[in-house]
Amino acid sequence: MSALLSVRGLTKHFPIKKGVFGRPAGFVRAVDGVSFDVMPGETLGLVGESGCGKSTTGRMILRLTEPTAGSVEFDGINLVTLDSKAMRKLRRKIQVMFQDPFSSLNPRMTVGAIIREGLTIHRIAEGAAADARVRQLLDEVGLRAEYMSRYPHEFSGGQRQRIGIARALAVEPAFIVCDEPVSALDVSVQAQVINLMQDLQRDRGLAYLFIAHDLSVVEHIADRVAVMYLGKIVELATAADLYREPLMPYTQALLSAVPIANPDVKKTRVMLQGDVPSPANPPSGCVFHPRCQHPAKDAACTEIVPPLEEKAPGHWVACIKQPPTGVEWGVQQAAGGTKPPTRYLPVVASA
Amino acid sequence: MSLLSVHDLRTYFYTDNGLARAVDGVSFEIGAGETVGLVGESGCGKSVTALSLLRLVRPPGRIEPGSQIIFDGTDLATIDEKSMRALRGARISMVFQEPMTALNPVFTIGDQVAEVVRVHHAGSKREAWDRAVQMLETVGIPSPAQRAHEYPHQLSGGMRQRVVIAMALVMSPALVIADEPTTALDVTIQAQILELLRELQQRLGTSILLITHDLGVVAETVSRVIVMYGGEIVEEAPVRELFAQAHHPYTEGLLNAMPQVGHERERLATIPGTVPPPTSWPKGCRFHDRCPYAWDRCAAEHPPLYQIGTGHTSRCHLADEPQRRAEKHEPLVATLTGERSASR
Repeated sequence: MSALLSVRGLTKHFPIKKGVFGRPAGFVRAVDGVSFDVMPGETLGLVGESGCGKSTTGRMILRLTEPTAGSVEFDGINLVTLDSKAMRKLRRKIQVMFQDPFSSLNPRMTVGAIIREGLTIHRIAEGAAADARVRQLLDEVGLRAEYMSRYPHEFSGGQRQRIGIARALAVEPAFIVCDEPVSALDVSVQAQVINLMQDLQRDRGLAYLFIAHDLSVVEHIADRVAVMYLGKIVELATAADLYREPLMPYTQALLSAVPIANPDVKKTRVMLQGDVPSPANPPSGCVFHPRCQHPAKDAACTEIVPPLEEKAPGHWVACIKQPPTGVEWGVQQAAGGTKPPTRYLPVVASA
Repeated sequence: MSLLSVHDLRTYFYTDNGLARAVDGVSFEIGAGETVGLVGESGCGKSVTALSLLRLVRPPGRIEPGSQIIFDGTDLATIDEKSMRALRGARISMVFQEPMTALNPVFTIGDQVAEVVRVHHAGSKREAWDRAVQMLETVGIPSPAQRAHEYPHQLSGGMRQRVVIAMALVMSPALVIADEPTTALDVTIQAQILELLRELQQRLGTSILLITHDLGVVAETVSRVIVMYGGEIVEEAPVRELFAQAHHPYTEGLLNAMPQVGHERERLATIPGTVPPPTSWPKGCRFHDRCPYAWDRCAAEHPPLYQIGTGHTSRCHLADEPQRRAEKHEPLVATLTGERSASR
């Protein structure tokens, strides 16, 4: 099967302006050469902590932020070089769901008008046909059709998120970029929205790019997961593999930090020291090396930028110390390496 | 004897939309050196409970007469503002959610921690500064003597939250109320801060009331849990028991709705509907319209807190008629709104 969305070397460097003339004094490397595919009907989770570049990646796919370099191919068309008219047409196929259900709906428009707008712009339906479509969409997202004449402020957060979903679905997209779609919601409402998203995916064959910081939500909804750190993808695998056997030391630390809602589970935490370094001045070599807990970490990690390598079928990891690696031991030694790669997989939880 | 004993706390807001009974008859205790979790979703009254304990509720809200907040033998609900001010930050303190808004951007962090000491006349300027630096070291700020001269914007989110904790602990209070202390932080930083709170709690013997919506945080941090819904306590239990045998259908719903790392499930269980507004709590049991077990009694009769076991109470008539648990059905709200809870 060929990919629905193919992202290659996607990069965004924001200039840091200094002085009266605004000369760029450096760059914030928000996203630095990110590549991945999304298959039709698949959910790819994109996780990472604040500032790792996951939202910027989503925005670049939608061309809400212009990439500095790289390509985004959707159904064989490169979106990055598309003119605005053609892009607008293609937006029918690529929709978005935002985090904050309070600011992403126009407070002056009725729910019906919000959902109908896409139908009008893309000339899908008008008049009574559009009305019928809006009713049907509301029903599909679990809201009553009468709600179409109400305004967003009359709804709770979960209901607004449903309206956002109905708006996205109106134009029959194949792909939805979901940027933290449930993180503003309470647990019980979050479950409603997640279930709805899964139902719609199953019924319509939708593909999602699910951007989130909540690792348990992502494990539940995603088929594959990409982990970002300082603008780079450091690990990419099926959800099952990633959560069972995280190979990148950062993913290991991230997963071990998730609180477990079971007081009987004794957890050995991989405690990360310090904070994420500034993306304006990222560490040399492996961006994670200053905080890394891998026992074989050595000077080579500060020199060699680790390639994202396939360490097991479908399991991609950026770490030269996690075997197997194409970065030969001789090459590592030449860069000051003293400890040969060894497999490291900390046991983090036991019942 | 317990350190804090809250009895029938009611905090009402007199709003234009009517009387909002945000906290409506809450009673609980916290022992010396104990860590208690207060959980619930937005609008359940957990934060207003915290503000009430510190008497920080502003008009149109007020703590209703008859409410008692006995702290160390004194009723905080009735003492005058001057005595309250002497207690705040010294004997009881608070850690807020948003470290950026809890800190003043125009003062150095050292000044802000030292100010707490100065306000409580606990030493000269020099002594206050030294104590602040010492406290910053205790909460894990590297090279505290230099960092004390920095401003909040120069610190990361995790470091700022450490400063807020330093402010809360510098007077060695008997009770710290932490309102969502890690919600604004990334998960790896959250792990650091929770570890710090645990360590400080053990070292200093401080009691902690941890307010959060995150059941995972609760499971790892506290010994006893209080669950709030609709301005009331609906369940209280030792942490192990709550997670193993939740009694109240709301607690059960919360636990099932939460995705968990390592648990594979096809679908998440949901609680249909939303938390009702505090101006119009449903009659009878406040959860009855969202409850999959509710029967006619639940809509008519407001349930008391039933004793379930040692230290375990639940505000649910199922305690009285346990056989009803076998009769699970679609909740009332699902049929009223047309909202679907189950799969299609």
